[in-house]
Amino acid sequence: MKYLPLVLANLGRHKKRTVLTIISVALALFLFASLQTVTTTIASAANFGNARRLVSTNATGIVFTLPIAYANRLQAQPGVEAVTWANWFGGRYGDGKRFFATFAIDPKSYLEMYPEMVMPEEQKQAFLRERTAALVGKSLMDAFGWKLGQNITLQGTIFPGDWTFTIRAVYKPTDPQIGEDVVMFHHEYMEERLGRPGQAGWYIVKIDRTDRAAPIAKAIDDQFRNSSYPTKTGTEQAFNASFATMWGNVSLLMGTIGMAVVFAILLVTANAMMMSARERTREVAVLKTIGFGDRTLFGVVMLEAGVVAITGAVIGLGGAKVLYKATHFSGGGFLPGFDVTGSTLALGSAVALVLMVASGVVPAIRAARLPVISALRQVE
Amino acid sequence: MALVEIRDVYKSFQRDTQRIDVFNGITLDVDEGSFLALMGPSGSGKSTLLNLIAGLDKPNSGTITVAGSMVSAMTPSQLAPWRARHVGFVFQQFNLLPVLTAYQNVELPLLLTRLSKKERDERVRLALGVVGLDDRMDHYPRQLSGGQEQRVSIARAIVADPTVILLDEPTGQLDAKSSQEVLALLRRLNSEFKKTIVIVTHDAHAAERATTVLHLEKGDLIRGDAVPSLRSDAAAAAGMPR
Repeated sequence: MKYLPLVLANLGRHKKRTVLTIISVALALFLFASLQTVTTTIASAANFGNARRLVSTNATGIVFTLPIAYANRLQAQPGVEAVTWANWFGGRYGDGKRFFATFAIDPKSYLEMYPEMVMPEEQKQAFLRERTAALVGKSLMDAFGWKLGQNITLQGTIFPGDWTFTIRAVYKPTDPQIGEDVVMFHHEYMEERLGRPGQAGWYIVKIDRTDRAAPIAKAIDDQFRNSSYPTKTGTEQAFNASFATMWGNVSLLMGTIGMAVVFAILLVTANAMMMSARERTREVAVLKTIGFGDRTLFGVVMLEAGVVAITGAVIGLGGAKVLYKATHFSGGGFLPGFDVTGSTLALGSAVALVLMVASGVVPAIRAARLPVISALRQVE
Repeated sequence: MALVEIRDVYKSFQRDTQRIDVFNGITLDVDEGSFLALMGPSGSGKSTLLNLIAGLDKPNSGTITVAGSMVSAMTPSQLAPWRARHVGFVFQQFNLLPVLTAYQNVELPLLLTRLSKKERDERVRLALGVVGLDDRMDHYPRQLSGGQEQRVSIARAIVADPTVILLDEPTGQLDAKSSQEVLALLRRLNSEFKKTIVIVTHDAHAAERATTVLHLEKGDLIRGDAVPSLRSDAAAAAGMPR
């Protein structure tokens, strides 16, 4: 610690350069944390799912619907405790720049199926009572500045026309993977406006025992195999994972971009450290004359690199953690639960450590090995 | 027994294909508490001799012993702590670290010791007091005059209470008034604090302050008393009758 004033004084020699280098490191680590968090959020979404919930979709594809009449037949299946359904609505609000998901749901059964969606009881009852009521996630309410009781008009993209709803309830999920950038309304209202086509997008089935998930899923699919609307049933986790695979090998892409950025900044930082060390050739020679040993000088230069890397890491990684938390960032609803995890912070710290060693080691060795006499002769 | 013993030292440099012999078997004793001035023309090996005593350079052969330690046989890792303990070095160009205050510059050698912060503080204040700059300790080198910078440099050299103080042209960059102040300070360090001082100089005034003057010419040492022209030049420069 007694060398810290010397280290800080050296860094203060070219304040602009030091500040810019720290900002470079901070930005690189901020970006690294952000890209890494995209990966962890997708992975987390793929892992989300209650083991007692199954999802049945049209076997042809998720964009095709299933008859609403399947609800009773699913309920009658042995081992099934509850059934609910939902439709992707595809509405947009205003200029549509802020994307969010809109679902038509069977309100009562859906909220019973998802106790993770928490809201005041009176709001829940108000939502259940009113046919044109909407249930909205808290972060979406904040993003648009909506108020409880306000009317909002969505433009249907799949089902054309203006759809006006009254916000009667606001939910906050206990599990971040549920997502808050969502508007939900009564499936019955959609059926009514569309002339009762009697279709559901997908079914969610609650089963009695997790170890019976596979046979119950098979039994459901077997039941509808030869119908006009065959089903494909799997666990909720498998259903979510299938969405995650739509991102492709995002992890590799994000990781590659992240490491490329870090490598570029490594070169910038190393260059700054080299310049700083080269400018101080005379001073290093003087310190050696005073009695500073090779190891001490090596340590002092490494400490300088460490201060730059650590300061950059604290700003970059800490900034990412705080910023995404404070803004409830969710990638427009595509990345619910977007939060810089402890493992990402640890990985980012390790990257900062590598940055410190890689940028500091060459100038540190040069300082340690500097021949005093020739260095002094160069300047005298 | 002498504090510094230089025995039969040979030193040469290789410049491209040419070999330049600086010393051919030089021998010298510097007694404890003495004030030795080394004079001579440029390239005569004055600074090289200073570097050899400080362990900054190695002789081709021969031995250099300082306070009983054979400096010429030490490894670089042994030399660094030895220098911190035994040598105070003052340069012609002051060589203060511009980013540190006078106080911090003087404190540098003490960072290598086990002294506490409080003990370091006492020593730094004492050293700056000795050179008369205790009111300038928070000033950066750029805020000091050349003479003040050199006095800070001397404070840095004496703060760890070294065995020997080596000065390479300490007045070379100073005006006459500042030179006199620095030389008076060196004289005081020698007479009052009994510090052993070896000074390399072109300055006849500086040589006048020394107790012993040696002249280096073509790698040979000639005692100053045996160089009448040198003495007379020094006397003339000092305004004394020949």
